[in-house]
Amino acid sequence: MEMIEPFTSDEMMSIAAARQLSNNQVCFIGIGLPSKAANLARRLHAPDLIMIYESGTLGAKPTQLPLSIGDGELAETADTIVSVPEIFNYLLQPGRIDVGFLGAAQIDKFANLNSTVIGDYYKPSVRLPGAGGAPEIASSSKRVVVMLRQSAKSFVDKLPFITSVGFGAGPGDREKLGLRGAGPVMVITDLGIFEPDPASKELVLTHIHPNIAVENVIESTGWNIKIANQLMVTDPPTEKELEAIRSLVSARK
Amino acid sequence: MAEIVSLQEAIASLLRNGDTVALEGFTHLIPMSAGHEIIRQKFKELTVVRLTPDLISDQLIGAGCVSKLVFSWGGNPGVGSLHRFRDAIEHGWPGPLEIDEHSHAGLTNRYVAGASGLPFAVMRGYRGTGLDEVSSTVAPIICPFTGEELRAVAAINPDLTVIHAQRADHKGNVQLWGITGVQKEAVLAGRKSLVTVEEIVEKLDPRPGDVILPSWLVSAVALSPGGSRPSYAAGYYQRDNDFYIAWDEISRDRDTFLSWMKDNVL
Repeated sequence: MEMIEPFTSDEMMSIAAARQLSNNQVCFIGIGLPSKAANLARRLHAPDLIMIYESGTLGAKPTQLPLSIGDGELAETADTIVSVPEIFNYLLQPGRIDVGFLGAAQIDKFANLNSTVIGDYYKPSVRLPGAGGAPEIASSSKRVVVMLRQSAKSFVDKLPFITSVGFGAGPGDREKLGLRGAGPVMVITDLGIFEPDPASKELVLTHIHPNIAVENVIESTGWNIKIANQLMVTDPPTEKELEAIRSLVSARK
Repeated sequence: MAEIVSLQEAIASLLRNGDTVALEGFTHLIPMSAGHEIIRQKFKELTVVRLTPDLISDQLIGAGCVSKLVFSWGGNPGVGSLHRFRDAIEHGWPGPLEIDEHSHAGLTNRYVAGASGLPFAVMRGYRGTGLDEVSSTVAPIICPFTGEELRAVAAINPDLTVIHAQRADHKGNVQLWGITGVQKEAVLAGRKSLVTVEEIVEKLDPRPGDVILPSWLVSAVALSPGGSRPSYAAGYYQRDNDFYIAWDEISRDRDTFLSWMKDNVL
């Protein structure tokens, strides 16, 4: 058997997410984990991925990993820069974005996302940054890919606040709410990959990352997680993928 | 026509306690020096409007200038929390902070409506989210042509809008380029506007993708070189990402924050 180089679960998560992106896709990218995965995809199999950041930079091609969604290098390397009204009203709202790529603090079984508060909205135990571009990215992109680290605190049975809608309360809800994109197609964590069941819209564990036990996923999910009949193991990172992720340098001064 | 005045005079003459003040700049061109001047002049009970509150809002909140924040993303980009913003919401320090919270698209459209002289803007959005419940400036609206249910967001017309730009000429015409965010709409929505600039030049030669605000749309221009630091001004200086990271430690503790403010702002 081929020797597999050691890798961290965060590296596996970013690499698994990067593999979902392809050349010439128009991808609206949230900062943090999604930005890292998208920039990794550009260095591997998707050099022509069209990255859009909510600062209005279209087709940014940074050489370093940006710290913010409005770093100077995103602007300098963009095909063009548009205003914030233009990016939301003319590009996102009419459905011109192929993939919305989002992170969140919490997710539920219907892939609804919370990035607003932990606890009561008016008396929060933790006040999170809030919505930013996420609600409309989640509602209007043709499809949505979500990335977050998995634990019983992040995969919860009931969200204290719905910042961005996945499948709402279940099948038919997106249509009822007038949300025009298809919604989340995949949720990628440091433990595995989840996809919505076509009928029930509930997230199902379809891939488990190498060296992760199913019990670990079960313990790290705040609801009774469904597991695919044919559970697959995610391909481990290749040497090339690991080299690329480790060479991603963050933009500091 | 825009008057060219000092930053100190501009803030003293254009702002009043209790006003609604928009400070815009999307990561780039954040009007940091104007925010510091507001803190130095000890304004109180302000409603601050800003898509991405960022460090300047954290400082205004921690300094006790703000009673209400209208915003759409309150974090330190790529770093984490805004600790003064969190402390105000979670513990009411230094005073209670009322919030009106939106998505970027929603707050942007509130400026668009304000700039357009309309009472509201129409958009797809909010449906099914908690924001739809908690904000009093979002409401359902039925399209009169198709019967489709959409969302209306109320216009916002700040008493004063403050932005930072690269340049102005001696007549007060303003030029900005790079990431220009929602600044044009915020200035046009404002009842009054102040633009701080890196330099005042004889002639504004064109730049790719620039936004020009003619002098007659602006109330005052104030020279403030470096006025955006630690944010950046394309063509002048870069974003000080290390300071954004350092702010996490400076702002985490109330005393450390106050002593930093005393040494660097007051």
